[in-house]
Amino acid sequence: MSTTTQDEGSRRDFLYVATGAVGAVTVGAAVWPLIDQMNPSASVLALATIDIDLTQLEQGQQITVKWRGKPVFVRYRTPAEIEAARNTPLSALPDRNARTGNNPSADASDENRALGENGEYVVMMGVCTHLGCVPLGEQGDFGGWFCPCHGSHYDTSGRIRKGPAPENLPIPELAFDGSTVTLLEQYKA
Amino acid sequence: MNAFRKTLLAAVSAIALAGAAGAAEVETVIKDVRFTFEGPFGQYDQAQLQRGFQIYNEVCAACHGMRYVAFRHLGAETGPFFPEEQVQAIAAQWEFPREDDPSEMRPGQPFDYFPTPEYFGDGVPPDLSLMAKARAGFHGPQGTGINQLFRGIGGPEYIYSLMTGYADTPECAIDNEPNGYYNKAFAVGAFPDSCIDEHGHRMVPGSWIAMPQQLYDDLVDYADGTPATEHQLAMDIASFLMWTAEPKMMERKEAGLRNIVWLVVLAVLLYFTNKRIWAPVKREDG
Amino acid sequence: MIMGGIPQEHYEPKTNAEKWIHSRLPIVGLALDFLAFPTPKNLNWMWVWGVMLTIFLVIQIVTGVVLAMHYTPHVDMAFASIEHIMRDVNGGWLLRYIHMNGASFFFIAVYAHIFRSLYYGSYKAPREVTWIIGVLILLLMMATAFMGYVLPWGQMSFWGATVITNLFSAIPFVGDAIVTWLWGGFAVDNATLQRFFSLHYMLPFLILGLTIVHIWAFHTTGNNNPTGVEVRRDSIEVTKRDTLPFHPYYTIKDLFAVVVFLILFAAFVFFMPNYLGHPDNYIEANPLATPAHIVPEWYFLPFYAILRAVTFDILFIDSKLGGVLAMFGSIIVLALAPWLDTSKVRSGRYRPKFRLAFYVLIVDFFVLMWVGGMPAEQPYVLISQIATAYWFAYFLIILPMLGVSEKPEPVPATIEEDFDREHPVKSAKGMGDAVATPAE
Repeated sequence: MSTTTQDEGSRRDFLYVATGAVGAVTVGAAVWPLIDQMNPSASVLALATIDIDLTQLEQGQQITVKWRGKPVFVRYRTPAEIEAARNTPLSALPDRNARTGNNPSADASDENRALGENGEYVVMMGVCTHLGCVPLGEQGDFGGWFCPCHGSHYDTSGRIRKGPAPENLPIPELAFDGSTVTLLEQYKA
Repeated sequence: MNAFRKTLLAAVSAIALAGAAGAAEVETVIKDVRFTFEGPFGQYDQAQLQRGFQIYNEVCAACHGMRYVAFRHLGAETGPFFPEEQVQAIAAQWEFPREDDPSEMRPGQPFDYFPTPEYFGDGVPPDLSLMAKARAGFHGPQGTGINQLFRGIGGPEYIYSLMTGYADTPECAIDNEPNGYYNKAFAVGAFPDSCIDEHGHRMVPGSWIAMPQQLYDDLVDYADGTPATEHQLAMDIASFLMWTAEPKMMERKEAGLRNIVWLVVLAVLLYFTNKRIWAPVKREDG
Repeated sequence: MIMGGIPQEHYEPKTNAEKWIHSRLPIVGLALDFLAFPTPKNLNWMWVWGVMLTIFLVIQIVTGVVLAMHYTPHVDMAFASIEHIMRDVNGGWLLRYIHMNGASFFFIAVYAHIFRSLYYGSYKAPREVTWIIGVLILLLMMATAFMGYVLPWGQMSFWGATVITNLFSAIPFVGDAIVTWLWGGFAVDNATLQRFFSLHYMLPFLILGLTIVHIWAFHTTGNNNPTGVEVRRDSIEVTKRDTLPFHPYYTIKDLFAVVVFLILFAAFVFFMPNYLGHPDNYIEANPLATPAHIVPEWYFLPFYAILRAVTFDILFIDSKLGGVLAMFGSIIVLALAPWLDTSKVRSGRYRPKFRLAFYVLIVDFFVLMWVGGMPAEQPYVLISQIATAYWFAYFLIILPMLGVSEKPEPVPATIEEDFDREHPVKSAKGMGDAVATPAE
């Protein structure tokens, strides 16, 4: 008698546990679409390639282009700015990585960050690496960019020199044919 | 009690009357052709969607836009699945204003949407993005919706029937000035008065449509060697437009099968759990 | 306890921690007493719709909140934002189809729930307040569903909104001013769309609040049951012979019913998501062209049929106002049912004539639903008039008269008696006695 009731008991337990487990998985699976819908939609992921015509710039001029919802700084630098950037030794830099999408392992020398025959153009994200404010151009202790939020100073190559920001202004993956810069991001269907 | 019986009788006879009235309606001729994507296991035929796109591109796109369909959508694995380079080449057939200088044009990119072409003729060619869901091929019987339950709503069948439904002006309208092109599947166009009988019912199906017949045998050259008969062309464009209207149908059905199987398992478990919980109360054997 | 109509063993905090929280916020006690609520043990499968409705309210609120993250309430962008959801938002098609078909299944459940109450006399004393709150919930559901249907800004959205808001123009003297006020302009336009979105988001939470009051009310009176005989309340022991704790007996039973209903729901969402909709709503709203046949969603069709059935003037009331009054009246008579039904017997199970009238009412409801979708011409107008007349006659004439003229069948003395007849005590092998008393 006692063995049969025990068998029944375990059969009952198994049924209850199985029902509970399947029910819990069902609720869990139902929650996933509610979370996933907040990820970027296919249209947001797709809007990710843009051409910028550099010939419209004059020396010493900077334009800001919106790409993926964020500002991109495009600057045609003066010889003095180029010189200042090139004469800075790597040892003076808090972040020695170039932070470029095309070559993620390059060092932070200005040659690795600038575009053009003599490095006259810099194209980079205009988003402070500290907490995401937009730095102001031609300001700060190094004549480059200065972030008004928490006082980060970037030089004329967009490299962090002073203040709380941990990294250089990042350069997205891009293609450059001498006159047009194309910011790349693989589109998704 | 008599009141009930009278009411019942009245209701029954009224329903019978309604049946008689409905039978006189002449609507349109919609052929219930068979598509690959019908039924719970039906799939889009990728090659067919690609052929359908070819028809849209070479024939329809001259007048009709598809503003909710992006070129990138053509690369979808559950859709036409065009390779990436081909998507880019298709996009580049159109021009769009540049982002940094809208007065200049740039070639289309995968993220752009099919534009609406300028149209200078009479009428407004409707956007085709949702056409296959915006039309019902099947109705009734008698407003019950039972036909749609078994045959589907009939959007693609409607498109097929419209494409192949061009006909000579019906005999009853032979003296009328043509008011477009007569189509047996088109319900909402101008209708010849001489084809309406004394009870106000239409004697022939269809009506005049502004768009002339578009599909003829061998109108396009299919790269995959499929014979381009009028029937085939109409099937292909109808399938393609079903995909543009419902691009997630494959994902939907796949998720549906998974969900239903899972829910059935859960229902069975709950059934036995419930039975067992109640067994002692109901004095049954657990 | 607040929900204390029926004697019940209440939660007693045992540990010090339990006592600490219980003396400050008796929430654990509330939840556990709720779960252990003494529920008649003879409830049949028509008593699953309340839990079903709660689940669907939650489904609608949750999917609605996330859809609102992607939807744009502007006439230029509403239609396109829905297509954005359907094509590009991750799982957006699923959320939208659930929400769209969820409305229909919500109404299937609410009509089943209402007709169950009508059959078993759940609206009768002492449950009038539960019933009236239920009618209010129905009205709010209708308003919410109507405004939700406007949001995709398709042709049916636009013209449905135009026709339904124009109902208010039938009100004498101030009708036109009210319609202009509803629209925020001189036609259904952007201002209308935006306020409908706001209200469509807000009203479900009002429904949720009323649902809680609805449940509170019937927990005070106790559930009705198929016999219509009240649970005995002499003592906890006596009550236990008529009832079972809600959990696990009814939680599991209701969950099973919910999952079965969800399978049917999934069949629609995944395999025929547009079957209950209208193709014209995939055409963007065009204020300059009305579609050939405009019909409301299926769940409004019975009331739409009543609206259109009044094609004649009654004294100084013209047919337009008459139709509107009839439509609202057809719901108001529901609210009056507790006083119109004069029968001393609660459940239709023991009322043969009432049963017949009730079954005719169900047929009548479906006839109204069907005729509401047919064109406004003969013979449909006549059918709708007969069906409308029966709807009102049922509540205003049949219910009051049957209470007097009908001779009810014998009613069991207790719920226990009814239950034991259904599930007799087994005498064989002496097994039956051992399990006959479920009370722990």
